Amino acid sequence: MSAVLDLAPATEEGIATALRNAAAPLAVEGNGTKRGMLRPVQASRTLSTRNLTGITLYRPQEMVLSARAGTTLPEIEAALAEKNQILVPEPPDLRALMGVPDAPPPTIGGLVAANLSGPRRITGFALRDAVLGIRFVNGAGEVLRSGGRVHKNVTGLDLCKLLAGSHGTLGVITEVTLKLGPAAGRTATLAVPVEDEAAGIATLSAGLTSPYGITGAAMLPAGSAAAGLSGPVALLRLEDVEASVEYRMGRLRAALPGGRVLEGEASRDLWRAVREAEPLSPGEAEAVWRLSLRPSAAPAAVRALRGAFGARCLLDWGGGLVWAAGPATEAAHEAVAAAAGAARGTFTLFRAPDPLRAAVAVLPPEPPPLAAIAARVKAALDPSGRLNPGRMRAGA
Amino acid sequence: MIALPLPKPEVLGRRNEILAGLRALVPGDGVITEPLRLRPYETDGLSAYRQMPLAVVLPTSTEQVAAVLRFCRDNGVRVVPRGAGTSLSGGALPLADAVVVGMMRMNRILEVSFEDRLAVVEAGVTNLGITKAVEGQGFFYAPDPSSQLACMIGGNVMMNSGGAHCLKYGVTANNLLGVKIVTIDGDVLEIGGGHLDSAGYDWLGLITGSEGQIGIVTEVTVRILRAAEGQRAMLAAFRSTEVAGAAVDAIMASGVIPVALEFMDRPCIHACEAFAHAGYPLDAEAMLIIEVEGSAEEQDALLEAIRNICARFDPISMRVATSAEESTAIWKGRKGAFGAVGRISPDYLCMDGTIPTGELPHVLRRIGEMSEEYGLGVANVFHAGDGNLHPLIMFDANDPESFRKAEAFGADILKLCVEVGGCLTGEHGVGVEKRDLMTVQFTAPELAQQRRVKSAFDPDWLLNPAKVFPLEGNQALTVAAE
Repeated sequence: MSAVLDLAPATEEGIATALRNAAAPLAVEGNGTKRGMLRPVQASRTLSTRNLTGITLYRPQEMVLSARAGTTLPEIEAALAEKNQILVPEPPDLRALMGVPDAPPPTIGGLVAANLSGPRRITGFALRDAVLGIRFVNGAGEVLRSGGRVHKNVTGLDLCKLLAGSHGTLGVITEVTLKLGPAAGRTATLAVPVEDEAAGIATLSAGLTSPYGITGAAMLPAGSAAAGLSGPVALLRLEDVEASVEYRMGRLRAALPGGRVLEGEASRDLWRAVREAEPLSPGEAEAVWRLSLRPSAAPAAVRALRGAFGARCLLDWGGGLVWAAGPATEAAHEAVAAAAGAARGTFTLFRAPDPLRAAVAVLPPEPPPLAAIAARVKAALDPSGRLNPGRMRAGA
Repeated sequence: MIALPLPKPEVLGRRNEILAGLRALVPGDGVITEPLRLRPYETDGLSAYRQMPLAVVLPTSTEQVAAVLRFCRDNGVRVVPRGAGTSLSGGALPLADAVVVGMMRMNRILEVSFEDRLAVVEAGVTNLGITKAVEGQGFFYAPDPSSQLACMIGGNVMMNSGGAHCLKYGVTANNLLGVKIVTIDGDVLEIGGGHLDSAGYDWLGLITGSEGQIGIVTEVTVRILRAAEGQRAMLAAFRSTEVAGAAVDAIMASGVIPVALEFMDRPCIHACEAFAHAGYPLDAEAMLIIEVEGSAEEQDALLEAIRNICARFDPISMRVATSAEESTAIWKGRKGAFGAVGRISPDYLCMDGTIPTGELPHVLRRIGEMSEEYGLGVANVFHAGDGNLHPLIMFDANDPESFRKAEAFGADILKLCVEVGGCLTGEHGVGVEKRDLMTVQFTAPELAQQRRVKSAFDPDWLLNPAKVFPLEGNQALTVAAE
């Protein structure tokens, strides 16, 4: 649903004023690159943070950066590259996947609000884990903070994590403070051709249970390709100081024979493609789902999705993240929900034409006691229900 | 001293009835009511505060926890969850009208999966117990609080515990996949599971570090990691805390992230050396312990790089371990730091503020000045890489004036941490200890927002009610007039 009126204040106070004055619900977004994600928002006005821009603090030695919510991912990554630093969770730019390749790039506020992380998630850090502090405006128009700018902080309830992944339904994020990491001196990838998903997951598992500090473990299944590689192939990434990568790659190759090594730019291209789920390249009318499950459950889930609707898949996080693309039908969606349920995992309808995403539960339903708590938490932060109604669940 | 809410007379008056109700839910010897057996539960790691509870319940299953909480809600009885009772912030301090729910009998390891790199354990399994269960295959559970031999994973979740090795591997929150949690209504919620990043609100993130305000965790799914091939430590001693602080910055900026980077000041070095005979340099004002991991060759390369960085800061001495035994010797003093300070002072308060690392020299100088103003000794030992300070304030608990001064000194340190851009607590939690300082870090609307989120889970404020949030202005709790 496209919003008719658009508010895009350039200050946090402007956001707060807009919320205090709002007579009707608002669709909250940054640059709107993920507008097609989850359910269509039931609001006729948009409140955007896109004009709330700029890096407000960058202390490379403390490995911390603060940026206003509308600051774009490329802008932040460019500033970090100058000091040889990175966002460890490597949040993805999913414009192509979402069918809006020409939109302005994703904002850091939008990425945090969706808690989107890339391949390095398996090292232990989701984007929400990198959020040290947050400034936000709740539904009542109050400007609030949680966390701070230091690396260890357990003071009070962690509203940073509650806000991260809440898709703008609990508050409008106005500024985030992020923990950074050092850029690796060298990156290299071992690409091991495999028979099928089961063999692929076993290869990834062998890498992840090795002592070599794998920072990416993905698989291109049969029929998919990226950066000149064709599936089925298992991919293991090393990133560290030069000498360590040299040594560890030698050990990995000995343990997993038959692979080839991609270095530097080739390795980076490959992982950018994985991060952006590029091999899926969904058609306009297609749907994309994201399933998170135990890696050992992935082969059965992929088989089920292929059997049900001929899903095209991409596996990341050692097999724990399954991207699937296919027809935007309720039957396909039900097959995804069933596969995630059988694996005791979770799913998200990541993109689909409006009719499907308005009709189905885009996330697994919560059991009634948790749904009741969720409604009370929503009311605690957004008492009048002004923020992104219907974005995550119908009627919520 | 910190005020506790007035006990509810209607609960104290119905004591026998309530105890009988609990005994019906937790059979056998799982309900403790005799004063002598209640005594061990009157305090935790913050032993300056003591309060006998109404009763202690030791459930053996999630179902029993659910039944107990439902019963407590129906009877308006307050609940204080407890793991091993190692909290340094008084997180498990009882209330006179509260039932303490102790989790130590729920200590089974339910599942270990190496292929999925996870372990499912009950809340009463110790932190080290998880590593013990998986180390045979070369795995470990990463967060390593000093109390890891005793502290329980349920408590770790509730306090979002850290440890010396969090610099590389993150704190508890970064190593959790799921929990089973019981609400005050007795509902059992399964949050997360064996997978990363559940869709929907991040309940797991909100629960972690919630200090018993939201529910009682009965099961935990943690990530287990394959250990590196080996690790080795070095120490470097410097002429001033400023120079040592600059060396820390240089190491962190170099892109080589050590697994651990610990800082000790002169009083701490002396206390630890007297205790552990680790060969610490007694002429240094500050000392760093730096640990790296990897193969023997990688350790050599990393230690060489760090040595070269430290060499730029005119160190008094440097010592690189050449064996695992030498590493253990270097760590021995640090690991025994709290005990070592305990030998030179009858009592100490362990502070836990975090500061931006760039503020280190300034903050240490101010702490030194305050030490003179208050006339109380202080030893500093902390996780330098992440700015998490642990000043140990020495005092004499038999002297009320000394204790009062120690608390005031501690409060001043924490206010300083907030003033320079840091926070009240990096890993120990707010508990009762820092509860009344929350207004230093948060505005009234921010605290009100946090309280409303707590109320969404616990509308009647029965769960660990005297902790985390200042009592003032809290409608749900009546405070004694002092």
